[in-house]
Amino acid sequence: MEKKSLKGWLYLLPAILFLGCFLVYPLIDVFVYSVEEGYNFASQTYSGTGLYNYSYVLRDPYFLQALKNTFLLVVITVPVSTGLSLLISVGLSSIRPLRELFQTIFFLPYVTNTLAVGLVFMILFKKTAYTDGFVNLLLNWFGAGSIDFIDGPYAAKMFVLCLYTIWVVMPFKILILTSALASVNQTYYNAAKIDGTSGLRIFFRLTLPMISPTLVYLIITGFIGAFKAYSDAVALFGTDLNAAGMNTIVGYVYDMLYGNSGGYPSYASAAAVLLFAIVLTITCINLLVSRKHVHYFS
Amino acid sequence: MKVTLQNLTKKFPGRGRKAAGEVTAVNHFDFEIPDGKLVGLLGPSGCGKSTALNLLCGLLKPTEGRIFFGDEDVTDLPPEKREVGMVFQNYALYPHLTVRQNILFPLQNRKGADRLTKAQMEQKADEAARLVQIDGLMDRKPAELSGGQQQRVAIARALVKMPRILLMDEPLSNLDARLRLQTREEIRRIQRETGITTVFVTHDQEEAMSISDIIIVMKDGEIQQIGQPQEVYDAPCNLFVAKFLGNPPINTFAGSVKDGRLFIGDCAVSEVKGIPDEEVTVGVRPEGFLPTPQGAFVCSLDRVEVMGRDISVICTHPACDSPVIRAIVNGESQVEPGSGTVRFDLKPSKVFVFRKDTGERIC
Amino acid sequence: MKDLKKEESMITETGKAFRARRTALKAVTYVFLTFWGLVVLFPFYWMVLTSVKSYGAYNSEYIPKLFTLSPTLENYAEAFTAVPLARYFANTILFTVGTTALMLAVTVLSAYAFARLDFRGKNLVFVIFLSLMMIPNELVVITNYVTVTNLDLRNTFTGLILPSVTSVFYIYLLKENFEQVPDQLYYAAKVDGTSDLKYLFRVMIPLCRPTIVTITILKAIECWNSYVWPRLVTDDQNYFLVSNGIQAIRENGFGRENIPAMMAAVVVISLPLIVLFLFFRRMIMAGVSRGGTKG
Repeated sequence: MEKKSLKGWLYLLPAILFLGCFLVYPLIDVFVYSVEEGYNFASQTYSGTGLYNYSYVLRDPYFLQALKNTFLLVVITVPVSTGLSLLISVGLSSIRPLRELFQTIFFLPYVTNTLAVGLVFMILFKKTAYTDGFVNLLLNWFGAGSIDFIDGPYAAKMFVLCLYTIWVVMPFKILILTSALASVNQTYYNAAKIDGTSGLRIFFRLTLPMISPTLVYLIITGFIGAFKAYSDAVALFGTDLNAAGMNTIVGYVYDMLYGNSGGYPSYASAAAVLLFAIVLTITCINLLVSRKHVHYFS
Repeated sequence: MKVTLQNLTKKFPGRGRKAAGEVTAVNHFDFEIPDGKLVGLLGPSGCGKSTALNLLCGLLKPTEGRIFFGDEDVTDLPPEKREVGMVFQNYALYPHLTVRQNILFPLQNRKGADRLTKAQMEQKADEAARLVQIDGLMDRKPAELSGGQQQRVAIARALVKMPRILLMDEPLSNLDARLRLQTREEIRRIQRETGITTVFVTHDQEEAMSISDIIIVMKDGEIQQIGQPQEVYDAPCNLFVAKFLGNPPINTFAGSVKDGRLFIGDCAVSEVKGIPDEEVTVGVRPEGFLPTPQGAFVCSLDRVEVMGRDISVICTHPACDSPVIRAIVNGESQVEPGSGTVRFDLKPSKVFVFRKDTGERIC
Repeated sequence: MKDLKKEESMITETGKAFRARRTALKAVTYVFLTFWGLVVLFPFYWMVLTSVKSYGAYNSEYIPKLFTLSPTLENYAEAFTAVPLARYFANTILFTVGTTALMLAVTVLSAYAFARLDFRGKNLVFVIFLSLMMIPNELVVITNYVTVTNLDLRNTFTGLILPSVTSVFYIYLLKENFEQVPDQLYYAAKVDGTSDLKYLFRVMIPLCRPTIVTITILKAIECWNSYVWPRLVTDDQNYFLVSNGIQAIRENGFGRENIPAMMAAVVVISLPLIVLFLFFRRMIMAGVSRGGTKG
């Protein structure tokens, strides 16, 4: 018995070491950091404990800007990407020829480097002295004037950020929704067809309820993912997001830690804890709301 | 509603490359189902009976031929315009809707002038539920019901719109043995009460024989025989039908006709008139054996199984196609278990002679 | 049962009208899907197109051209010579291989312990592991950064790799798969005197290869694209991964304005994963739908 126990722990040892060092300890430590006031990185000393770090962060205009950007991003991209991917998945499941080709193409953004392709988006949207860029060319065709989406007005920058975020998150959603749709038993559709159910009614009364657990899963992970947005913004606007006014909460955390204004792990920790609290709250709300509207079946 | 099939054919393209080997699931069906009958479409699995059902409800389009409901040609109508009710093998009850919502579903699909008021719909749903005796379960979800109850809900959902035809795909196959007996009586009763022409598909001959007005026996996409169950049982038109119907199954023997007499092995078992001499296959129903001390058909006795009213005599004969012969005889018959041999007379009405090559019935 | 109105509606809506409507719907569906396909593909087209335009040609196009008649590979040469792109590549491969291999070893061992071995406290540890799945990376990165800095591991592969190794979710995924291997196999192997480790390598791993390949690929994709952690712990170009490399190129490589060369670098960086994807398409898509999220 004792020897057996030992063996089990031995197999687990590497995982426990890694998790302990790089997940459990940091998790506890981040809360500790977040209440240590006046922490000095170089000397590793602090002057006292309290909630000052939190109040500092909450009053920091950069953080408030990041908060606003992140919320806007979440509120826009989650519904749009979920709805759009639902439409595309329904379209995909209703066709036979070319389906595999479309599926493969739609999945491509998943395997690309966010930073690299973000650069392409930047070039498509950027207006420079040499060229107005491709998107502005399109706008001009439709009779609109050129806009600098990368260094221009806030709404334009937000638009590009949302668009790129949606472009990046779509493959995962389409993939998951397509397989959810495929798992709905065909006889339900046959039964509905014989009863003369219209296509729209089939969709809203049968298909949607049957894939609702998947939808909820996607919405929840979508919220979490969008709240942690960062590298998409870096790809489009460069590393100095505060200057561009396009920082996100995660970006704020990293900048506090290391970026141009960096070197303040306490402030970074407080911001990270705040982010965690926000995400947790939103997820709980999501779960509560969905419990009332989702049908789970075994 | 009378249902007429004219030359109905359904071919499926073969799987694999070059679509070699087209499969004909339904081959030139030509028959008429009279109004108000309960029809059993019977055959082994893969014989095309479900395809036939899907052609009737419109989920499949025929390759050739026409389908008429009454005098109306419905061949080109999509399923929703055919006004058929269908009970699926796994019931296809919408899992997220209650029983009541499931039954209301077909009614809520109607639009315009056909649409009933809410109260009318509720009333119809209640009627249908009462008919299948599930009126106490209206607010449950399908997952909370037993298999038999789910089946009834599925029937109620199919009936609530007063279909012209009711179709059922293997209605009893998902139920356990006891429920199966009970449910098939239910189906019979419901069909009688509504008078709706009903077609159901099954691979279980007993199920089809026990409740159908008419059975249609199919094999490999071809209709073998159509008729009342007793009729088909008593006068099978070929060896396949004779073998497929009846439990225990018919005993078959290698036999021959010589000079107007029918031989099984060396035993001359009966007279046959007007048949040329040839090798034949002889089928004898288990109840066709009459133990007689002087009987012409001599078998070696293996054992006797007592089944209550009847006894089952298990014996062997060299000409038999299967290892043993099973004869069901009256419990009062004199069969000596220890004697080693048993002699039978054969009841002429229970003996069928088939052509050896085609299996076609000669007499 | 049969009333007049019903018959009328049946006549007006014959099968033909029905079919016409369905064809129209099909056409709309295809147009819509094709549109999204273009949206997805266009950035890829644009980056390849731009990467083969010569520097001079690109900068003289005030209105960008949608094609080029004189493609050139000079930008690719420029990308590999003007910035240490090959170095970024080698670093990324080293990082990806190292992290993935370590992850596999750790994951396989602990999944085996959870699925097959009995020991005191197993269930408690497993519950703790599960709850760790909910910890967002952003919370722990701060301390990890401080730890690595204090250990003087910045700008080393050790510092890059170690904190990126563990993924509790993959342990969970593999444990579930390991548990599907019938117990009888284990007892049979025990009767034959097979050691646990041998059983793990000879029976469990071959039987669960699809899952192992899946988590390998998912982890490799994650490593190839990782940006945040490498950015925190490296500021020496010699340790940059491709993501940081591309960011560095964007900020100050090629004199900022050489966009064709930049795009050539982007193409080179994107290509390995796309090729990998095209080869293992089914496996990757199945794997992601079972357990992947982006990032």
